[in-house]
Amino acid sequence: MKVKVISRSTEEFTRERSQDLQKVYRNYDPILRPLDKALEYTRAVNATKLDNIFARPFIGAMDGHMDSVSCMAKNPNHLKGIFSGSMDGDIRLWDIAARKTVCQFSDHKGGVRGLAASTNGDILVSCGTDCTVRLWKVPVLKMMDSSHSAGEVLKPTERYVWKHAFWAVDHQWDGTLFATVGAQVDIWDHNRSVPVNSFEWGKDTVISVRFNPGEPDVLATSASDRSITLYDLRMSSPARKLIMKTKTNSICWNPMEPMNFTAANEDCNCYSYDVRKLDEAKVVHKDHVSAVMDIDYSPTGREFVTGSYDRTIRIFKYNGDHSREIYHTKRMQRVFCVKYSCDASYVISGSDDTNLRLWKARASEQLGVLLPRERRKHEYQDALKERYKHLPEVKRIMRHRHLPKPIYKAATLRRTMIDADKKKEQRKRAHSAPGSITVEPFRKRRIITEVE
Amino acid sequence: MVAAEETGVFDRFKPSTDQDALDELELKSKKYLRGEAANLEVLQDKKLKGQLAVREKLYGQSAKAAAKAEKWLMPSEEGYLEAEGLEKTWTIKQESIVREVDLLSARKAFDMILPELGPYTQEYTSSGRYMIVGGRKGHVAMIDMLSMDLIKEFQRDCSDELHDLFSCYRYPFIYNRHGTEVHCLKEHGKPLKLQFLDKHFLLVSVNSFAQLHYQDISTGEIVANYRTGLGRTDVMRSNPYNAVIGLGHSGGKVTMWKPTSVKPLVTMLCHHGPVTALAFHSGGHLMATAGMDRKIKLWDLRKFEVLRTYSAQAQTLDFSQKGLLATGNGSKVQIWKDSGGHEYEPYMAHAMVKGYQIGKVSFRPYEDVLGIGHSKGLSSILVPGSGEPNFDTWVANPYETNKQRREKEVHALLDKLQPETIMLDPKKIGTVRPPRRKEKKAKKEAEDEMEEAIAAAKSITVKKKTKGRNKPSKRAKKKQEEVFKAKRPFLEQPSEDGQPPAKKKQRVSEADELPKSLQRFARKKTA
Repeated sequence: MKVKVISRSTEEFTRERSQDLQKVYRNYDPILRPLDKALEYTRAVNATKLDNIFARPFIGAMDGHMDSVSCMAKNPNHLKGIFSGSMDGDIRLWDIAARKTVCQFSDHKGGVRGLAASTNGDILVSCGTDCTVRLWKVPVLKMMDSSHSAGEVLKPTERYVWKHAFWAVDHQWDGTLFATVGAQVDIWDHNRSVPVNSFEWGKDTVISVRFNPGEPDVLATSASDRSITLYDLRMSSPARKLIMKTKTNSICWNPMEPMNFTAANEDCNCYSYDVRKLDEAKVVHKDHVSAVMDIDYSPTGREFVTGSYDRTIRIFKYNGDHSREIYHTKRMQRVFCVKYSCDASYVISGSDDTNLRLWKARASEQLGVLLPRERRKHEYQDALKERYKHLPEVKRIMRHRHLPKPIYKAATLRRTMIDADKKKEQRKRAHSAPGSITVEPFRKRRIITEVE
Repeated sequence: MVAAEETGVFDRFKPSTDQDALDELELKSKKYLRGEAANLEVLQDKKLKGQLAVREKLYGQSAKAAAKAEKWLMPSEEGYLEAEGLEKTWTIKQESIVREVDLLSARKAFDMILPELGPYTQEYTSSGRYMIVGGRKGHVAMIDMLSMDLIKEFQRDCSDELHDLFSCYRYPFIYNRHGTEVHCLKEHGKPLKLQFLDKHFLLVSVNSFAQLHYQDISTGEIVANYRTGLGRTDVMRSNPYNAVIGLGHSGGKVTMWKPTSVKPLVTMLCHHGPVTALAFHSGGHLMATAGMDRKIKLWDLRKFEVLRTYSAQAQTLDFSQKGLLATGNGSKVQIWKDSGGHEYEPYMAHAMVKGYQIGKVSFRPYEDVLGIGHSKGLSSILVPGSGEPNFDTWVANPYETNKQRREKEVHALLDKLQPETIMLDPKKIGTVRPPRRKEKKAKKEAEDEMEEAIAAAKSITVKKKTKGRNKPSKRAKKKQEEVFKAKRPFLEQPSEDGQPPAKKKQRVSEADELPKSLQRFARKKTA
């Protein structure tokens, strides 16, 4: 007879010395793991609850300005620094890590309406209501050791005066041109004191401008005649105009998909468009209850942050029709500008109450260097939440956010109004001849026309 | 050309080894796939379809990787017993097996004679490292099987079950490692049998009044208690696959219970007499029951049908990790092995001293050992091929250190499953319920049913009243009322096209005949 019995020797299965690692044996057979789905589900629920426990997005406020913060600019070469300009003409360079001012650029006589940093980070362009454009040299060394600086005040290297007040400025990616907007769109070069080129379409004020990150010669502007206009610098006239029902306050191009841009509109929604097909919005991002003032994309191109007149900041997924996250504080008043940091981890907001606030982009993220074990645990929990996010218990916990009472009430009111409109529309359609009333999707409804 | 033909002919008969290896890999990776792939054709949403297709592909890849890694990750091999020549495996005695194997394994077969303190039962922990032994007259001991050390031993008035718990005259008590009584669980009454669902931290007990109690051991709350209503029984087993409790009753019924429902999930009539023993296979699809009608039946738990019936008696049943079935009857133990297709054949047999009555057999996890608790003590025999040779450290580690055990306990508490997750099919968690469309009976069926109900109502005899109240007209009226009551539910049901039942027809005025938008032009009747 042939016989073999399982016999394990203890020495083989335990460690030799106490300084050795413990021996680990794996058998992935599912029979050894009954009830694994229930276990995964329980872990997903616990992970979602832990997320809510660790959700502390507010890091700190940067105090210093004397008037409301009107504009901000990111320095593409330095992760730690951000420029901000206020309505009393004060421009500051902040060290985000220390939350302190590195240096001040104060020379504007009126409010600063636009800030832009050149692509190599050397030059800062600012424009204001005093009809001037000023160019500043960014002190590179100061950025490195911000602990020494005591908020030095610098003077501009150049000052160009022009005929009308400026509303915004943006610098070309990988180029030496920058564009200012006000009564018309002007294209400037660093060394010329008059604009190199000027565009105009209609007599209305142009209120914001953005250069395309992929095509350095394409730029988009929005004007107070509720239009979004696209320009190509190589042509002598504007390329395309899209007229909507309400004014667009700000535009941002998706850095990973440069043919798409998202417009922050007065009617509390953000509209994402593809420039090749402007007759229909790709996605309508609805969640704010008051005008959206500013928008900025994350460098991953997968998320964007919006700041609104209703004193909140929301983070949306690039194709999500509702926000993933909302940040609000009692002390934060109307948000006029937001920026997503260049490492996609932080969000900076500048608001009416003269403060810049630093928030985490993912509220329950553990900052700092993670041990490999921690990282693996976080990845596992993210995968669990992703797998079970549609189940009611997990979904309820994931979605839950505390809203301030005015926002909550405004949102319910909006929903009631929208529902009432919808019901009226349905009844109208039910009582008219079939096919006489066409259903227009919301993506098209807010667009009036597109003009060449 | 001739040479090419030849090779072509022979190629048909000689399978390539590459193909063999691939087929084997397929077979192995099947078990890691955990079921069939989802059907994505029915999805309308293209984005979701694309995302799920990518995921399904990843699952396939990971199953293949696990199958490939098997030969490197699993160091030990299964045990086996093969008879040579004319001898059969079930005639081979334990002594000859013990002689053939190595010293370490020979020590695993032993006999402990403990005559004074009553019939003994034993149970192993899930890693097979510790065994708890209980004598009915009050002897409790915990033994470390790796070193054959007696960890703790004490005596009480009377005892029954395991897991650091046993029931005394009235209640179950919980003892810690040092033998100190920690808790007295009064709510359970006098339990006949205890089971512990370790992932849910639920202690289940059935008592002499046939009441089932579920108690959460980590928080101490009683989750549920139900009256089974089927009489006193001491046959209780937990199904490791879905944590459902199976009870065997004296009427031959087997019922399955979960803590969140008053009625049993399943009631099956298994035997023509009382059910004496019950065992569940760890794969979740097989159940073995033994009854006093001298039959052992194997049931398929997916279809709830008998697979096989064997003429044999058993006081106790147990399935091993590898699917071997051990039956204990009187002083004999029989072990049955699956020879493909659930056809169980006798594999081994062991006879103890004539007078011993076997109380309980249980396989030791991850070892080829069967523990037998009998009236005069404890025995353990070698059963090659019964245990899973490769353990997973994160599931059950027989070589656990203290630190590892503490960490494991904390993690187990964090991952404690809620009693609501216990269901017959544990794979249902996380699935999406399909939209339920109301089943509308066909018109003809509804009409037939109505006819039947009317006929039944008409056949009711109305009682004849006395004292002059027996008027024929009144009786006829009552009968009419009964018929109308029988008709009512069918008339109230919505008609086939889903419109609400037609309201009583009112006199249609001119205003009603016009379309709604023109109604204001209709001639109104002045009051």
